[in-house]
Order: sequence, then structure tokens, then C-alpha cells
Amino acid sequence: MKKRRLTTLLAIAAITPLALTACGSGGGGAKSGGDPDTLTVLDYYNNEPDKTLIQAAIDKCAEALDVKVKRETVPGKDLIQKVLQRSSSKTLPDVLMLDNPDLQEIAATGGLSPLSDYDIDTSGFAEGILDAATYEDEVYGLAPTVNTLGLFYNEDLLAAAGIQPPTTWDELKTAASALTTGDQYGLAFSAIATYEGSWQFLPFMWTNGGDETELETPEVAEALQLWVDLVDSGASSKSVLNWSQADVKDQFVAGKAAMMINGPWQIPALAESPDVKWGAVQVPVNEIGQTPIAPLGGEVWTVPVTGNDEKQGKAASFVECISSDDNQLELATQRFTVPTKTALADEYVEAVPTMEAFTEQVANARSRTGQLGEEWPEAATVIYTAIQLALTGQASVEDAFAQASAG
Amino acid sequence: MSLTRLPSESAPAEREGAPRRSTLPPSEKRRRLRRQFSKENITKVLFVVPAALYIVLFFGYPIVKNVVMSLQDYTTKTFFTGEAPWVGLDNYITVVSSNLFWPSLTNTALFTIGSIIGQFVIGLALAAFFKRRFPLSNFLRSMLLLPWLLPLIVASATWRSILDQDSGILNRFLGTFGLDSVPWLTSPSVALTAVILVNIWVGIPFNVTILYGGLQDIPDELYEAGALDGATGWKAFWHITWPNLRPVVSVVLLLGVVYTLKVLDIILGLTNGGPANATQTLAIRSYQESFVNFEFGVGAAFSNILILISLLFAIIYLRANRRQVDE
Repeated sequence: MKKRRLTTLLAIAAITPLALTACGSGGGGAKSGGDPDTLTVLDYYNNEPDKTLIQAAIDKCAEALDVKVKRETVPGKDLIQKVLQRSSSKTLPDVLMLDNPDLQEIAATGGLSPLSDYDIDTSGFAEGILDAATYEDEVYGLAPTVNTLGLFYNEDLLAAAGIQPPTTWDELKTAASALTTGDQYGLAFSAIATYEGSWQFLPFMWTNGGDETELETPEVAEALQLWVDLVDSGASSKSVLNWSQADVKDQFVAGKAAMMINGPWQIPALAESPDVKWGAVQVPVNEIGQTPIAPLGGEVWTVPVTGNDEKQGKAASFVECISSDDNQLELATQRFTVPTKTALADEYVEAVPTMEAFTEQVANARSRTGQLGEEWPEAATVIYTAIQLALTGQASVEDAFAQASAG
Repeated sequence: MSLTRLPSESAPAEREGAPRRSTLPPSEKRRRLRRQFSKENITKVLFVVPAALYIVLFFGYPIVKNVVMSLQDYTTKTFFTGEAPWVGLDNYITVVSSNLFWPSLTNTALFTIGSIIGQFVIGLALAAFFKRRFPLSNFLRSMLLLPWLLPLIVASATWRSILDQDSGILNRFLGTFGLDSVPWLTSPSVALTAVILVNIWVGIPFNVTILYGGLQDIPDELYEAGALDGATGWKAFWHITWPNLRPVVSVVLLLGVVYTLKVLDIILGLTNGGPANATQTLAIRSYQESFVNFEFGVGAAFSNILILISLLFAIIYLRANRRQVDE
């Protein structure tokens, strides 16, 4: 008898966790609600040194606004899934960081509140980042700093070959070929079959007058031809097809590429190999006189709709604080990113001279979602597919985009 | 919560309700009731409930949800508003009419067949090799399990650097024999082969383990008797090992097919479906539509097609099993 009761108990014990999982709303984590003086924050700075640097900025703003902050960080690739889960369970955080090309997609769900609701001044910010943060004429987020792409070069290798950093595509091709010897390629870039590949192609495409709304144009084809020429001539490795930007950086650091297209977020990693002396210039243009236009990268801070007006107000002040002038300069200096307020550019370049090329590049940079908004992912897919088709010889440069957009 | 309370709650409820209608003497009634709701019976039900609940929650719900999702316009907006308009079979039409559908179906077939053949042949050879005992055989056999213990993300990242065209160790190795470097992951005509090779490497431990177990079950007397009749070496394999191993072989092959059809991490890690879509499979399409393009309806349609194909093999497996039992 005793034994039987025990089995019943065990059976019940076996069921209980199941029942609990069914009822629980997946609690824990940084969801809104609870203590009115505690703001919850969700971001993807889960690696050092960014994690600590952002934490310091958050702490500063929390102190200034006299609130407590509960922060949660997730890996970058998991953020959107997390946000979608949180929106369906109505547990969005008070403050949400988003990668700028994702903002419009999330704003379109109705999950974010426009900053005009809180009378936040959005003047003085670079136009590119405001474009990225705007959905249906309302600004939904602010970014303290942004990044972009430039051309890094190995000073020693260029000096040894007697080559100046290239400023035009012709110079780029000549320099890359001249710098290709033995194990070493002239130029490394990422043409991988992800959005990273599309992002790396944008400075060439935009600078030459190409546009994502109409990809089957001679301007876009010319830019693609440049990449094809670089790979076909052997000045760039065929492996660009499978290199992420981190791989590109590794090639550069290992001395296997004399130049690379990459962003300033690689600077801390470059600093770990002090024997590699590098410089950076803006991405070369097709013809002299063109303005280099690069894509704008970086994260925007937003205020999700949580239904608690008082806390949303505090969250808005928090977003304003985190992109204040002081914070911009501090974060930009520490993280090798560029302040989003154009007025701060001079002061910043004075403090961090290595960032000069990138700061200039940001002034003219464009956001990826400025024109297409939620349609951008489709265009980005077409772009990287076309690049891959052309670089593998599956399609001519003229046909690549038509073939890629066919689906 | 209500579901789980059902069995324990229903018992007392009926015990109270029963006496009102009955004309039987109370003692008889109680005996009957006790028979019906004896602790033993309740316990039996309670033992089934966890399994049933588990299946409903973790298999039934996701599959039904996936089917429903594939009939809806399910996007990022749906998560916030909860609204997903019905679109009928539109998502399936999008899937089948997309340019990548047939290539990815062909790639899925090639990937599965290639992987299974490679894994099985090498797995069987190794299992037969380890059947005879020799010094360190146990140690070596356990070392074979290593690929299985490695997280697939780590494995694919390692293989990606091994297969790198310029600095990859494999091409360097081939280079010492004077061979040209092979564009493993950068040529559309080679990439699928490279991905299959890596997947074969991943699948060998599973095949060896199960087939080795099967070989151990074949009584040694059969080989002794066979040897007397002159069946040794290949003859012993064809006439003794193979027929006796057949049930295990069918399990290995069918489970292998189902596992391989849904392989995602290895391909994502190695090529992400590139170069130029050369390694797109149905699983990759489903993942990219859902989690890159946020077209969850289309992604669900892709994965349902994949589930259907798996189901086909599962049915073959079950029927084959039943036949064996009948025999």
C-alpha cells in the first residue's frame, strides 16, 4: 500500500513541471513592469569591451535620472527573435536597443512608440541615422554613435612597394595587383552570402550612383565589375565568397592582405597586433569628383510600447540621455565609433585622429533602410546573391541582378 | 493546468455523485466503485498522462501550429498584434514557384543520398574492423565518437578553416603532393560535395556505434559453422554478417535519412547556402525565410514539405519493422 502511494506521488511529481511550464509565461529576463523606479534594458552588446563600456553609459544615465536599471544582453543574432517573442507575450523591455536596419521592421509592428510623444529634440543628428530611425514620418530611436566602412591599409607593405593609399577604383586595382605577391593578396573584402556581403558592396554601389530601388542599372553593374575584376585578376582571393568581415580582419592581421574593406569596430582587434601598422582612408571612388557614400552602421535605442505611460516617459528620457553630447563623445572615443551629432565631429577628430577618415565618411553616409524601409531585406538578398553569381561566373555582371531578383 | 488536474479531480467528483442514483446495497456499490477507481487504475492512468501530455505539448502543438502558420500571412507584425490573415495555400504556391525550390529539392536529395551512402559504407567498414579485438581497440573505438561529442557549430567552424582555399590545411596538404588547390567552399560545383564530406564525417560515429552493436549480436557459432563449410572472409560477410545485420541496417539507414534531411547547422556554418545558392536545401530555405526574411508563413510551408518527406520515410520504416515482426 505504501509503495503504491509512493508511485502515485512520483507520477504527480513527474507531471508538475509540465503543468508549470504550460502556465508560466517564461518569466525572468528584463521585462517591463514591477518596480516603477526600475527600467529594464535589452541590448546585444554581450561581448567585451562593449559590454562594460555600454554598462558604464547606462549607469551614468540611470544615476542622472534617478532610476534603477535592470539590463539584459543577448547575442546579436538572437535579438530580433527575442524581441518578437517578447512582443507576443507582452513583456517588451522599457528600453530596447536595435540594429538600425531592423528598426523600421519592428516599428511597423506597432511595438515602438514615436519619440515625438515625449517631446524629444531630434535636431542636430546626422541625416543618415535619422532616416534609419524614421518610420512613416516619425522618429522612433536615437543612436549615440554610428560606424561605417573604409579602406584599411598596411602602412609597411604599401611603403615597401612605394604605393600611396588608392583614392579611385583604377588606383585600387593597380595597387591591389602590385601588392599581390606569393601568399599575400592586395585587397580583402567580404562577399559572403549574407547581409554582410551586401553591406560591403554598398559603398561601391552608392558612390557610383547606384541605388537599391533599381538594381539593374549600369552604375550598379560597374561596381560589381570592379569586384569581379579584383577577384579574376587574382588581386583578391576567391575566398572572399565565404569570408565574413571578421575573417577579412584576420587575413589583414596575418599579413595575407595588404588592404581591406572593413569598419572601425575592428580597431580594438587590430590594436592587439601592434606590429601591424595600419592607416585608413575613405572607400575609393570610380571617378575623381565623386563623393564616397558608405552605409551607416550602428545601434539605435528605442522606447517600446509597454502600456505603462509613466515608465515609457522615463525610458524616453533615458534614450535622450544615452545619446547626449557627453555620452556620444565618451562612447565614440572608447568604442571607435563616430558621434551622430554632426556638430561634434571636429572635437572628436581632434581627440581621436585615427578616426578622421571614418568621421568624414559618416557625414555623407546613408542608411540602408532610408529608401526601402521594410523592403530592404529583400533588396539585400538580391544584392548578395548577384555578387555571388557574378564572382563564381554563374552570371555575367549585366545579368547577375536580374537573375538574382528572379528569386 | 486544467488538463493535468483532470485525472486526480474526476475521481472524487464521481465518488460523491454515485450514491444518489444507486439502488444497490452500499457495501456492493463501494466495492464496484473501488474496482473502477482503485488506486491501481488511477496510478496506471497517471503513468500514461505525463507521456501523453509530453507528446501533445512538444509534438502535437508545434506541428499543428506549423501547419496553421503555413496557411497564414505570418510576419513580424503578427507577434505584436496577434493578427495573421488567412491566405489559404498562397505560401505553398510561393514556395513551389520560387526559382530556388527545385534546386534546393535536388540539393536536399543529393545531400541526403550522398551523406547516407558515405556514412554507412565507412561506418560499416569501421564497425567490421573493430569487431576483431586488438590492442587499444576499445580506446580507438571510443575516440571515433569524438565528432559526435563536438558541438556542430564548433565542428563546422573548424571545417570552414580546414577547407579554406588559400590557407586551409587540406589544400596545403594536397599541395605537398603537387595537386592544385581545390575551391572547396567557393566554387558552386564543388561546395555541395564539400558539405556532404563534412556531414559524412559527422555521421560516422552514429553508424559505427549502431552497426557495431548489431555485429556483436551475431552469434560466433554461425561463423564457426560457416568456416567449417568454407565460408570465410567476403563469403562470411555476404552469407552470415549481412543477412543477420539487415534489421539493424534498416534502422540505421532510415534514421540517418530523417536526421540528414533536416541538417541545418553544418550547412549554415560552412557556406550559409552559398556560393551562388549552390548549397541551398529545403531546411536552409525554411530557416532563411523564417529567421532572415521574417516570412514565417513561407518558412513554415518549406518545413512542412520537409516534414512530409520525413514522414514518408518514417512510414516506410514502420512498415519494414512490422514486416520483420510478422516474419
